[in-house]
Parts: sequence; structure tokens; C-alpha cells
Amino acid sequence: MSSKEEPVSHSRRRLIRNGMQVTLAISLIGIAGRTVLKSASDDLVWQLDPFKCVQCGRCAKECVMSPSAVKCVHAYALCGYCDLCGGYLKPDPNARTTAAENQLCPTAAIKRKYIEDPYFEYVIDEKLCIGCGKCVAGCTSFGNGSLHLQVRHDLCRNCNECAIARVCPSEAFSRVPSHKPYLIKGDFKKG
Amino acid sequence: MKYFRKIGAILVLLAYTVQCFAVEAQQRFPKPEFAKGYSQPATTAPLPRALLLEYLDIFVLLVALSVITWLVVKKRSRKGVFWISVFSLLYFGFYREGCICSIGSIQNMVLGVVDSTYAIPLTALVFFLLPLAFTLFFGRTFCAGVCPLGAIQDLVILNPIELPKWIQKVLGLIPYLYLGLAVLYVATKSEFIICRYDPFVGFFRFDAPFHMLILGILFLIAGIFVARPYCRFFCPYGVLLGWMSRFSSHHMTITPSACIQCKLCANSCPFGAIDEPVVETGKRHNNVNRLITLFVLLPLWVGLGGFAGSMMHVPLSHYNRTVFLAEQIIEHPELKEDQKNIDVRSFLTSGKTTEQLIAEANGIRHQFYIGGWFLGGFMGLVIGLSLIRLSTFRKREDWVPDKTNCLSCARCMDYCPVKLNGEFQENME
Repeated sequence: MSSKEEPVSHSRRRLIRNGMQVTLAISLIGIAGRTVLKSASDDLVWQLDPFKCVQCGRCAKECVMSPSAVKCVHAYALCGYCDLCGGYLKPDPNARTTAAENQLCPTAAIKRKYIEDPYFEYVIDEKLCIGCGKCVAGCTSFGNGSLHLQVRHDLCRNCNECAIARVCPSEAFSRVPSHKPYLIKGDFKKG
Repeated sequence: MKYFRKIGAILVLLAYTVQCFAVEAQQRFPKPEFAKGYSQPATTAPLPRALLLEYLDIFVLLVALSVITWLVVKKRSRKGVFWISVFSLLYFGFYREGCICSIGSIQNMVLGVVDSTYAIPLTALVFFLLPLAFTLFFGRTFCAGVCPLGAIQDLVILNPIELPKWIQKVLGLIPYLYLGLAVLYVATKSEFIICRYDPFVGFFRFDAPFHMLILGILFLIAGIFVARPYCRFFCPYGVLLGWMSRFSSHHMTITPSACIQCKLCANSCPFGAIDEPVVETGKRHNNVNRLITLFVLLPLWVGLGGFAGSMMHVPLSHYNRTVFLAEQIIEHPELKEDQKNIDVRSFLTSGKTTEQLIAEANGIRHQFYIGGWFLGGFMGLVIGLSLIRLSTFRKREDWVPDKTNCLSCARCMDYCPVKLNGEFQENME
């Protein structure tokens, strides 16, 4: 184990290793320094812009979670409290009742509560909502558009790349700082 | 649209059909004035995970890395490594549901470079750098038991078989290709393929697309016999860790003192990452000549790879959605009439012209062409260097870990009969 040339080759190996180690360390520090300047202390979360959303229905299918972490959200401030709600009732309903055949929502996630004639309050049961956006399409076409889709951040797994964002036809998804995760309709002025 | 309302409402509706999707806050139907007192419920907005908890993840990563490094390098305890990997599986796997992970953070780093609007979150940055920094000094202790993907595979190694060396070498090239492709697809802002094809994240979430669940199960079943197949033959982060580990200064050793050549460790490694002692064969002159030839051939490999990669830019760019949409519209113009094709419909209503789309798609394809040269050149370099490495000869007297591929799992240490003070352990089990 101790012929004469070994110490030489060993020290040469060590020299190369140390040199490479220092080189790699410097490049790591370089990468770190470069990116730290561009990094943000805040985390990023996914946000759905309801004004870009075209209610294609992919949010219900593409989310890694089932049911989807995208849910219908009701901006009450915008709601007209219509008796004939485009989000609640199917087009051409037999009657304006809560009967299942009249409801647009496939999971009956919209609950209707009578307030006074002819007004109703519509509340989304998020446990049932699958984020298909059918009601959103109805409300946007025939009503005020107070029903809209949003990523619910208590459910969202915050994937590195959102599986819905990847296939969203209108590019409505974007990464936003986590302190401002929602874009609730009516809560802000579109600038 | 046979909705009949009050005439006023119909008029408002007609006025709005023109700008149906206009984004004005003005209401079609004003909020009614309720006779009875009615308080409108507030729209709820549950908050995302607190930032403090994200920083806790960084802290846990740092602690786990420090502890496992101490366990491997100083304490030499396989049992300790095992328990850390159980902890990591529970914390980074099942509790954090596999996101953020160091493997995927490669993509965040690349996106930070190519996308000026993307500010990389501090957590992603630390998850990328910290394991690399540790590995540069202590070897791949991160792989040993901090990475949840490694941990879940490590726990199913029940009956590992040794793959022939050549299969290991060939399959070992896949991670380089995977890394290159991942970088290419992020650099062209197409998608994050590492996250999309993560086979184990579905287990961590108890929820995944069916095909990914099948893939995950296949990986785990294969992992019973071929130890850690994802780590060794796919993981793109492992490539970077391998580079770091190879030049690490305090990498773990099989024996605590001097090797007694008992060969007991050789069969203990399920990853085939222990190098046996070798002596030079053949005439030295021939070996040097072969090496020179291979070095001369290296630029040829790079050029050939680059050319092949650039030739692949059309099929590669196919997976970019803009390119795909443009291809679809050019090949099937009738799609423009198809009411059911959501992507085409959205594109037509977006106000972009087909020419603009095609120009954009061509731009992206050009990026893939350039990227293809880099990817192919990189693969050529990797293949060329592996050939050189295969034909270079390194004299080894002892059984030593192959630092690039050793995952520092500490299994071999249990098998080594030499103890710290150089004594031979008598009661071997």
C-alpha cells in the first residue's frame, strides 16, 4: 500500500478535487448572489383573473385536487338578487323553483334563500362546488356577473406550476404575491 | 336565449350583448332596496398558508440536513438515517405534500433567469441551494433521507438486485437528458415537466391523475428490486448533486479507518455505488493513446449532439401550447368553425390575428432550435465525457464509494467490520 509514486498521485488528486470544490463553491455563491437580488421574500400563489376567465370548465377537471381547489365565489356587492337567476336556474326552466330539474349547478352547490318578494340570496356551498363555472357563465351572460371563479387558498396545494394554468385557454392564471391572493369582483376597480 | 323579463331588463340585455364580456363594474340589475332590514353576507377569502410556515420549512430543511450529515459523516449510523428519512417522508412528503421540493426548484431558478417579471420566492431559492451547498462538502446526504422522493423509495428496497454495469451506465444518462429537457421547457416558458411527471406527489396528496398514480405504483414496485429507480435513473437534481458530491471534501467513507479488503461492503450497496479496487491493465502507452483519441473526438460528440438536438426542435416545440395551437390552426383551418374547441375559440375571441399567432409560434420554435443546439451539445458532452471516464483508469487499492452516485445512505457502514479504533469486530451478525 505504500509504493513511491502514490503520494504524488494522491496529492495531485487532492489538488484537483480542492480546485474543483472551490470552483463549484464560487459558482454556487455566484448563482445565489445573482438570484438573491431578484428574489422576493414573499411567497407566490396562483390567482385566477375573473375578467379573463371564459368559463371553459377546465378548472373542474385539470386541478390536481378532486374536487378542484377552484370554486365559485359570490360577490354579493354586485348581485342583483334576481328572481330569475341566470346562475341558479337552467335556461328555460319549467318553474322558478328549487326543483333539481330547474337548477343549473350539476352538484346543487348554490343554495337559494328567500329574502322578500321577488328577491333571493344565493350562497355557494363550497363543499359541493366543483368549479365547473356553469353558473358563472350563466350569471355573466344574463346577470351582473357576481358569480365568478377563484382559487381557494385553503384548498389550493400551490403547485409549483398550476395544472390548470398550464391548460387555461385564456391565460387567466398568474402567480401573485401571497399577501394579495384574491381578485374578488367588485372589491376593486379594474385599472 | 329565450329569457323573458321586464321589458327594461331586456333592453339592458340588448345593450349589453354588444359588449357582452366588457369588464365594467356597472350593474345590469342594480342591487334592490330591501324593505326589511337585510344584511348582505361578506364574500369569504380564506388565506393561503402563512409565510412564517414557509420559513419554518426552510428551518426544518436546514435542521434535517445538518442532523443527517452528522449522522452519516460523524455518527455513522444507518438507523439514524432511516429515522430521518421517515421524518422527511412524513414532513416534506405527507404534511407538505411534496411542494416545494428541491428537484422542482431547478425550474424556479431557470424561470428566474429567463423571465424578468418572475421574482423567485426565497423558499424556492433556499431549497435549491442548501442541499447543493451541503453536498459540496459532505456528499449526497440530502438524498440519503431528506428528500421525500428518495425516502419513499428507500423504504421499499426489499430485495435489490444488481443491474449489469452497462445498463446502469446507459440508464444513468437519462437524468442528464431530463435535466436538459426540463431547463429547455422552462427557458421557452412552456411548462414545468419535472413537477408534472413527479411520480410520487400523488401519494403525498392521496390524489393524482390516474396515469400518474399508475406510474407512481410502477416506480415503487420496480423499486423493490431496482433500488431507488427514480433517484438513480431519472432525478435531474441528482445530476447537480452528483457534480457537487464528486468533489466533496468530507464525503462519508465505508471504513472508519483502514480498509481490510474483506469485500463485505460490496454486496451491501443496493445502488451499485461502491468501486472495487483496480489495477492497470494493458500497456500504458495504448491507454494514453486511446484517451487522446477520445479527447479529440469530444468536440465531434458535442457538435453531433448539438446538430441532432437542433433537428429535434419541431417535435420538441410541439409540446408548447402556442406552437401546438398554431400547428392545429394551420393544419386544420376548419377548426376555426368548431364551436367545441375551447382553445381555438378563446384564441379567436382574444383579438389576436392568425398571423400574429404564427409569428409568435415561429419565435418560440426558434428558441427551441437554439435550445436544441444547447441540449444536444450538452448531451454530446456528457456522452463523450462518460466514454473518457470509462476508459480512464484510476488506481484504487480499497473499496471506496463512487462519490458521484453514492447516496450516503450508510448501509455499507453497518457491514464494515472495521471499527473506529481499527479493531476488528468479532461478533459479526
